[in-house]
Amino acid sequence: MSKRQDFVVRFAGEGGQGVVTASEALARIASEVGYHSLTFATFPSQIMGGPTYTQARISTEPVLSPGDELNVLVALNEEAYETHKNELSKDGIVLYDSSFQPSGNEKSIGMPFDDLAKEAGDARTANMVMMGALASLVQMPEKYLKDFIEKRFLSRGQEIVDANFRAIDFGIEKAAESAFNLGELEEPNPPDYKQSMMKGNDAISLGAIKAGLNFYVGYPISPATTILLYMERNLVQDGKFVYQASSEIESINAILGGGYAGKKSMTATAGPGFSLMSEGLGLAWMSEVPLVVVDVQRGGPATGLPTKTEQSDLFSAINPAHGDVSLPVIAPGNIEECFTAGVMSLNWAERYQGPVILLTEMSLAERVQNIRKPDLDSVKVENRIVYEGNNGYLRYDGFELSPMPIPGRPGSYIANGSEHDSMGDTTHLPSRHIQMTERRFSKLDLLRNGDFEEENDNSSIVLMPWGGSKGSVREAYNQLRDSGLDIGWLYTMYLNPLPEDLLVKLRTKDLVIVPELNFQGQFSSILRSYGVKAKSITQYTGLPFKVGDLVSSINDLINQTNKAVIN
Amino acid sequence: MSKKNPEYDFAWCPGCGDFGVRRAVEFALTDRLKETEEIIENTVVVAGIGCSGNLVHLLEDPQPFGLHGIHGRSLPIAFGVKMANPDLNVITVAGDGDFLSIGMEHIAPQATRNLDICSVVMDNGVYGLTKGQSSPTTDYGVKTTSTPYGKIEDKIHPLKYYLTIGASFIASGYSSKPRDLAKLIQAGMEHPGFAVVHVQSPCTTYNDTYEILKGNAKKGVPGLMYDIPEEYDRTDRLAAEELINSPGIPVGIIYEDKTRPSLTAETNRITESVKSRDVAQLLSDYDF
Repeated sequence: MSKRQDFVVRFAGEGGQGVVTASEALARIASEVGYHSLTFATFPSQIMGGPTYTQARISTEPVLSPGDELNVLVALNEEAYETHKNELSKDGIVLYDSSFQPSGNEKSIGMPFDDLAKEAGDARTANMVMMGALASLVQMPEKYLKDFIEKRFLSRGQEIVDANFRAIDFGIEKAAESAFNLGELEEPNPPDYKQSMMKGNDAISLGAIKAGLNFYVGYPISPATTILLYMERNLVQDGKFVYQASSEIESINAILGGGYAGKKSMTATAGPGFSLMSEGLGLAWMSEVPLVVVDVQRGGPATGLPTKTEQSDLFSAINPAHGDVSLPVIAPGNIEECFTAGVMSLNWAERYQGPVILLTEMSLAERVQNIRKPDLDSVKVENRIVYEGNNGYLRYDGFELSPMPIPGRPGSYIANGSEHDSMGDTTHLPSRHIQMTERRFSKLDLLRNGDFEEENDNSSIVLMPWGGSKGSVREAYNQLRDSGLDIGWLYTMYLNPLPEDLLVKLRTKDLVIVPELNFQGQFSSILRSYGVKAKSITQYTGLPFKVGDLVSSINDLINQTNKAVIN
Repeated sequence: MSKKNPEYDFAWCPGCGDFGVRRAVEFALTDRLKETEEIIENTVVVAGIGCSGNLVHLLEDPQPFGLHGIHGRSLPIAFGVKMANPDLNVITVAGDGDFLSIGMEHIAPQATRNLDICSVVMDNGVYGLTKGQSSPTTDYGVKTTSTPYGKIEDKIHPLKYYLTIGASFIASGYSSKPRDLAKLIQAGMEHPGFAVVHVQSPCTTYNDTYEILKGNAKKGVPGLMYDIPEEYDRTDRLAAEELINSPGIPVGIIYEDKTRPSLTAETNRITESVKSRDVAQLLSDYDF
């Protein structure tokens, strides 16, 4: 029997039962010995209680998606078991809390997690009972677990370490008694590069700080709050400012004031807060003030699905405000790209002197993943062109970008949200509105050189995902190519403006398939407006795509399109 | 705008109180330049939307920096400007509609933070630029274009409000006495915390209150405004409460608390006490 290369575990229970920490612990244990891992989390919108689950996928190869089928379901209560049992793979195993008896006839192993933890000497070790059992099911050496425990807990005393060791042993014993197993997990193949393990929101924060972020004002909102908390803790330094605002309206206007006064400023929010920022974003576009707004998408509209994932803010990210606006949008597709997007969103804001939207999503914000450690030395940081002359400067002269004065030095002008003349005074002259409108749009030309990915370029049919769907779509692409399908791959995180060369290629294709997590097919609709023959595969469940569903949808779409051509 | 700009197409009505407020702001800035070593470009005027906000375009030489933003948001913008560079002298100019209606939610946060800026509020008791609608400071019962049968809300009392939410400097002024008003604005700019200078600035077109405010001896109208007596202790909060609960509109500095630390002082305190880490150190938290 060949060894297993990957396995997927889902932990399901109630909020507060340690479901989140269990999957993160498993991912860390695995990554520390050289496996690749990725977690997915979905929460109830309450602090304690409510059904919740998280998932961890462990593999010998880099992981792109959370995995379709469960090899193990850890069910902490009967409701969790009933809700998730249908997603078990054929040989899947249920690891259940013996407070209930599973109704189905799957392979199942019951154990009293909490009682065993107490018996081990520390009620907080229930997770480690689970880890022991899981390790046993894939014949993972217990040393991996115990090394992790020592590293993590030795500073808190040998007693804690010993309790955790006992908990692991209990889990191993109980699983071994059952005689079930999933086949041995292949030895890890540790990457030869330095790694980091982080969530998407951490990566965005670090990228922004690397790019010179020195002004952050934000308001708590799921799933963007972790960025505010990161900044409150770490952006404390002379010349830097971080603050919790009284509302998102205050956030956007405060970072506008910061950007105007010379700072690299940012806020992070989610749909409802983003809606409140509309008018301020229009002001930043109009008055040409650099700033970055991170929109961590969740299910919408209104309060929507605060703790679920969706890609439905693209239209509003590009066009959040009334009037003629088209805001630059960068949408990262994985954790590495979250870091790069953090850097590039600030670079873009500085380069074109205006607002930039970093469009991420819940599934990336809360995903823990091992990544190649970002190379700080290779990051290129851009700064705005600053006006260094005397007074009498015409800030808004001409049809293109011009140097920006900074308050406190000569070059006073009025940054104006009303249409204005070259010195910033309000005017209603048609010639000025023409000039300033064209000036604002011309600056987008400075951003059309973004990177993009391209594979199997000769195919007339291409897959082009965006944002956090990238990983699942990439897995589907690999499967389709392995099955012999002639299909190409195009991808960029620079959604507006699109890289110029990419757009040229897109226009030559017969079919551009865009899987996206929204009802309207927002990105494909935008691509069609550019003359691209794009069609969406949509899903609006609040959950990410499954690879298997994508493979069949893509095949169906290609077959339908072929039929339409033949007819 | 440094001289007559033919493209700028806004003008206040003849007799508008805002002319006087503009003079007062100019006097205050000129005096500040004389008394400090600052350059005029160290001042930023953040303007609200309405007749009053146009003050930022109508200042004559010398020219400070300006930011003419969106309706009701002069305070959050000024918050950003000030905290981006605490060395700047930041003032806001806005009317009663902008500051006290749509912008009301932003006043208390600046007061509780003690943000070190000076807000000049031009109160004419009406929305002028949109042609005569009722505002938060329009009296109960008054007919306006939006209250054709009389206003059925009580008006708010701005000075009581500022005191209640904890503004650390509150002054009350009058647009027709720009020299006196300039002194209040200058004191507000010098105050190390959140300063509000609330100015009676009548609208000659929609709500001409000059006579009610000043009085008219010939007609036997007493006038609402009076100067605060010299012996008044403006550091005494209870005295301030008594003063603003009395009939009429006192003119002068109503309340001043220089003992509270400003937001700048508080953030400096935190910054000095926290050991900062560079991005390489922050990134190493995620090593494994």
